[in-house]
Amino acid sequence: MALSAPANVRAPSRVGTLIGQAARSRELTLAVVVILLTAIVAILAPNFLSSSNVISVTALTAIIAIAAVGEALVIITKNIDLSVESTMGLVAFVVAEVLKGQNLPVPAAWAIGIGLGLALGMVNGLVITIFRVPSIVATLGTLSIFRGLTYFVANGHEINATDLPAGYTDAASQTVFGVPLFVILAIVVVIVVGLALRYTALGRHLYAVGSNADAAATIGIRSRWTVFMAFALSGMLAGVAGVLWGIEFGQLYASSASGESLAVIAAVVVGGVSIAGGSGTVVGAAIGALFLGLINNALTVLSLPQEWLQVIYGVVILFAVATDAVVQVRTQRARARSRTR
Amino acid sequence: MTQDPRAASQQPDPSPASSAASVAAGGHSRGALSRVLGSLSAAARLEVFLVVILAFLVWWGTQLSPFFLTWSNFGFSIQDVMEISIMALAMTPIIITGEIDLSVESMVGLSGCVLGWLWASGVPLEIAIPLVLIVGALGGLLNGLIVARWGLPSLVVTLATLALYRGLAHVVLGSNVISNFPDDFTNFGFGYLPGTSVPWTLLVFLLLAVVAVAIIHGTWIGRQVFAVGKNKDAARYSGVRVAGLKTALFVVSGVVAAFAGIILTARTSTASPDNGLNMTLAVVTIVVLGGVDINGGKGTVPGVILAVFILATLKSALTQAGMSTDYQNVAIGLLLIFSVIAPQFARQFRVLVDRVRLGRHRPVRDPMPGEVVR
Repeated sequence: MALSAPANVRAPSRVGTLIGQAARSRELTLAVVVILLTAIVAILAPNFLSSSNVISVTALTAIIAIAAVGEALVIITKNIDLSVESTMGLVAFVVAEVLKGQNLPVPAAWAIGIGLGLALGMVNGLVITIFRVPSIVATLGTLSIFRGLTYFVANGHEINATDLPAGYTDAASQTVFGVPLFVILAIVVVIVVGLALRYTALGRHLYAVGSNADAAATIGIRSRWTVFMAFALSGMLAGVAGVLWGIEFGQLYASSASGESLAVIAAVVVGGVSIAGGSGTVVGAAIGALFLGLINNALTVLSLPQEWLQVIYGVVILFAVATDAVVQVRTQRARARSRTR
Repeated sequence: MTQDPRAASQQPDPSPASSAASVAAGGHSRGALSRVLGSLSAAARLEVFLVVILAFLVWWGTQLSPFFLTWSNFGFSIQDVMEISIMALAMTPIIITGEIDLSVESMVGLSGCVLGWLWASGVPLEIAIPLVLIVGALGGLLNGLIVARWGLPSLVVTLATLALYRGLAHVVLGSNVISNFPDDFTNFGFGYLPGTSVPWTLLVFLLLAVVAVAIIHGTWIGRQVFAVGKNKDAARYSGVRVAGLKTALFVVSGVVAAFAGIILTARTSTASPDNGLNMTLAVVTIVVLGGVDINGGKGTVPGVILAVFILATLKSALTQAGMSTDYQNVAIGLLLIFSVIAPQFARQFRVLVDRVRLGRHRPVRDPMPGEVVR
């Protein structure tokens, strides 16, 4: 839009335009930052790029990225899903419990897990769209309800890797042509959901509902159905993330994945999905997850105190929303200027 | 419900056009029935609903244990929720203005850690406690400035400071836990008024509650809070300094959260970086359960105070029923969602009663934001 500004608008300096454009493409900016950070850490700590470290960083990052893709769908519709961590925890525990207790084939257990995630997402969606509970309240409630259910399922026990089928947790460290399996999965999810957001009716409806619900309703978009679908899909992807969580860690507690909602939402916000709805991409959310995972690992390999991790997360989130706001104000001013001329 | 057909037959054809006339005539011609229905309509208020829930919980508790309705159980149960209740009082006006402060639980942790660190480095508590309250004010000021001056969404900003303040708590204390506080201090946390079963902290809560009711429902500050929550722009054009007001509310929330952190440290006689983890859920639950609209503009402090007693009673009853805290969260989460759904049904009930009584149609519910009324 800014590119097609009329010629009589006084052009800002060339460098300013470049920076402005780069800042406007959050995905590009973040990708550059991620590459720079990787380079710096790799120089300071050579074992950073060792294959074992790469696999351990990317496995958890891929899990968060998949959950963040689902969360992005919800945030694009101007809602929020605080319950992802509890969905992940419940799914991870139930899958492990099924594998431990029954002699089901592993894929069947995974299907149960993903189906459970979908069901939990649909519960969120129903409460929000049928009973019209604001999403922040509804998912704050289900955050503790789903967690409580995990305690019921766990019943005071934990699950160890030895309870699971032999070699179950190996998938977390497998690679295909040198690329970790989880990363391939996350990339597939990002591509599929990204394309669906761009080219399907539902995908466009998510943006329409998020940017202006009134206008969306006026042109005949069923906004409640759209929001319901966003939560259902978010739950399903949280289910996928929960299954992967179980594979990655093997040892599961009723409190597994506690506190991960913050990481997931942080990834989405850092990835440039506006909390005000209607803008952002799942690619951004995934790169956001990568960025935060990278910081986490950088502290470890550089033997910096882990206590600072959350401080850095907080500052990064604040920085990300502040940049959003600055860019937004600039864009609005530019538009207003081109309109008045 | 059985009265509906009779009332309808007294007033056939309740068309909207004749509504004004029927309102004028209704009160006199129908007398007792109308009055009963009128009070039913008024009774479908949230506060009444809350009192009914509270009465039911108390009854259930007495069924579970003969000791449920004793002063000592009351004191014990209420003490358990005092930190979150005090924070709920400060959260109420923030949510009424349409904002939210998710960072309070981390401020509880940070303030406890700063207090423990100061105490461990030899600073007397008389100096340490005011310093901790200043830390709370600074934390609230940071939230307030970013939200109000820069106009960033409080949901994300306080999510960021939720991480930030928790991180600082870890930085301050590392993996240490401070627990050698003096008795005078810890007694304040879990002690009772001499000769009674009333905890000191309940006294503090009630004092703060009176202050909150007075300010929010009795002064121009409260009116500005509601005005901002109903329509921010209209409030600004009417001369309300929206940014200043919001900043002040966040500072108060920070100070109160720091104070709650001090109380928690005293009650558990432990300063640990994990103090207050997951408390925000309970704080927001109390506020929303108390009838405050999460979208802003509506709510009462007495409702929030009632919700405090409901939460304490529910937790106590569930404990009597043999459920640990981990399981109790299911009930609290359900109560939170239910508390938002229930008023909708109450409103529909009230509309139904009004329609029968006054013989006129009203919209069954207010249109939701984003919904087109056809």
